[in-house]
Amino acid sequence: MDRDTIEHIVIPTGQVLVAVAIVPLIIAYLQLVERKVLGFMQVRLAPRRVGWHGLLQPIADALKLLIKEDTTPAMADRALFTMAPIITVIPALAALAVIPIAGQPFELFGYTINPWISDINVALLFLLAISSLGIYGIIVAGWASNSKYSMLGALRSSAQMISYEVPLGFALIGVMMLAGSASMVKIVEAQKSAGWWFVGPQLLGFFCYFISAVAETNRVPFDLPEAEAELVAGFHTEYSGMKFAFFFLAEYTNMIVVSSIVTILFFGGWLRPFPNIEALAWLENGWIFLVPLVAGASIGWLIDQRAGTGLRWMFAGGLAGAAAGAAIGVTDAFGLASAAIPALSGAFWFSLKVSFFLFMYIWFRGTYPRYRYDQLMGLGWKWLIPLSILNVVGTGLAVLLRA
Amino acid sequence: MNATAIVFYALAGLACASAFMVIWSRNVMHSALYLVPTFLSVAAIYVMLRAEFVAAVQVLVYAGGILVLFLFVIMLVNVKAVQGARLRLHGAVSGSIGAASIALLLSVYGRGRILAAAPDGGKLTEFGGNLETVGWVLYNEYLLPFEIASLFLLVAMVGAIVLARHKA
Repeated sequence: MDRDTIEHIVIPTGQVLVAVAIVPLIIAYLQLVERKVLGFMQVRLAPRRVGWHGLLQPIADALKLLIKEDTTPAMADRALFTMAPIITVIPALAALAVIPIAGQPFELFGYTINPWISDINVALLFLLAISSLGIYGIIVAGWASNSKYSMLGALRSSAQMISYEVPLGFALIGVMMLAGSASMVKIVEAQKSAGWWFVGPQLLGFFCYFISAVAETNRVPFDLPEAEAELVAGFHTEYSGMKFAFFFLAEYTNMIVVSSIVTILFFGGWLRPFPNIEALAWLENGWIFLVPLVAGASIGWLIDQRAGTGLRWMFAGGLAGAAAGAAIGVTDAFGLASAAIPALSGAFWFSLKVSFFLFMYIWFRGTYPRYRYDQLMGLGWKWLIPLSILNVVGTGLAVLLRA
Repeated sequence: MNATAIVFYALAGLACASAFMVIWSRNVMHSALYLVPTFLSVAAIYVMLRAEFVAAVQVLVYAGGILVLFLFVIMLVNVKAVQGARLRLHGAVSGSIGAASIALLLSVYGRGRILAAAPDGGKLTEFGGNLETVGWVLYNEYLLPFEIASLFLLVAMVGAIVLARHKA
């Protein structure tokens, strides 16, 4: 194979395979984290039977889903019933194609590899378009199941997703105006040259986007399509085994995509905190700070477990670790801070921020009750759409006055 | 035949085949869903023509918006009642109109007008991309038609709401 073939076919294919292979693995453990965090919030023990503190639980779950009987209702539309989970999962995974996880390309076997699959100049529109295709899976699943619960769930879901797509799109326009581009990489670079994350000037846009995005992913408090108290499980009532797992995979992939978009558009993507302050440059190598913090907190937690002192030592250990990390960073002891690898530290900050927003999702689930249907529509049409349009007008005026 | 031509004909064939299935299918839901591959392959052809913006908007508006509303309506009405419809006078009239339009398209294609109107990359590189070019042209050369079109849409929207409120 010549160099051209490798650069244009082999490397992109490899990137796609890596993304499609790693994301389900992340999702499996994200689900364990979700159960652990919810357990902590509800003062109960989360899974801890399979493996140490339940660490092998996701693998057991995946095996269970694989060998479970795959049933199709007798009166279902067989072809569409089988296609629906596939239609749901493909757009969710396709959205990963335009998400950059770091800013600098890295070298591997003499080839330059970008930490994104593609950087197109209509990336934001591509994301909106591809995520609007995800609705089909839900509608088709609800219709093909030939079940009242599925049908009602699908109807609710399509109405909800169409309504919240409008503020979602408007909330992105503000960022596009500030960055002057719809390419993800250019938007992050614009935040670097602007000297602050766009969450500052676009606070309203951020709130509108995040709320609409939670509604688009059908998560608590907007999980009406599968409201288990009213609709059994909504659109996926009739699904079992791997077909059910596909819906699950799509939902969690969408959560990861939404968290990544929030990170890129409003929280500086792979940039470190305060990208314009030179004195904090040591943060580029973020784990100098974070590794002592986590190590200190873990030691403190172990002491707490032995002595039964709540979480007192965990916080103390974390603080001590953070202070030690900051001291190493500022003084550049052992030359650790200046040894940063750009692609790695970019990926570090990116995944840290994405994890935070994924945690927010879980936090919402542990905190908020579900919206009623009319409240959901009222919030979308009477609050989010006017607010996001206001944000577009305000941002436009500000850009015009500063130019 | 080079690779571009093969990809084009595959996409065009997919678009035509699924468009054919839209009118051939007896089940309304299947009919509507066959429009999705049509829209997607047309969007892919737009990408081949370096019109990424048009492709994204095609998917966003037609596949993501309008067709979802179609499905919404289909799910709310009784599908069984529509299934028994047969080809009668309506079929003959719409069939001849369709045949006439195909003949017109083929005659235009035969004269080579389409190839003459093929896009040149000059303007694209001048503005840095399809998105910027469309924006620039839309808000400079075609500002008035664009605003009039949006006014029409607003009127249609208000009209629909007025009609719906009278019924209630």
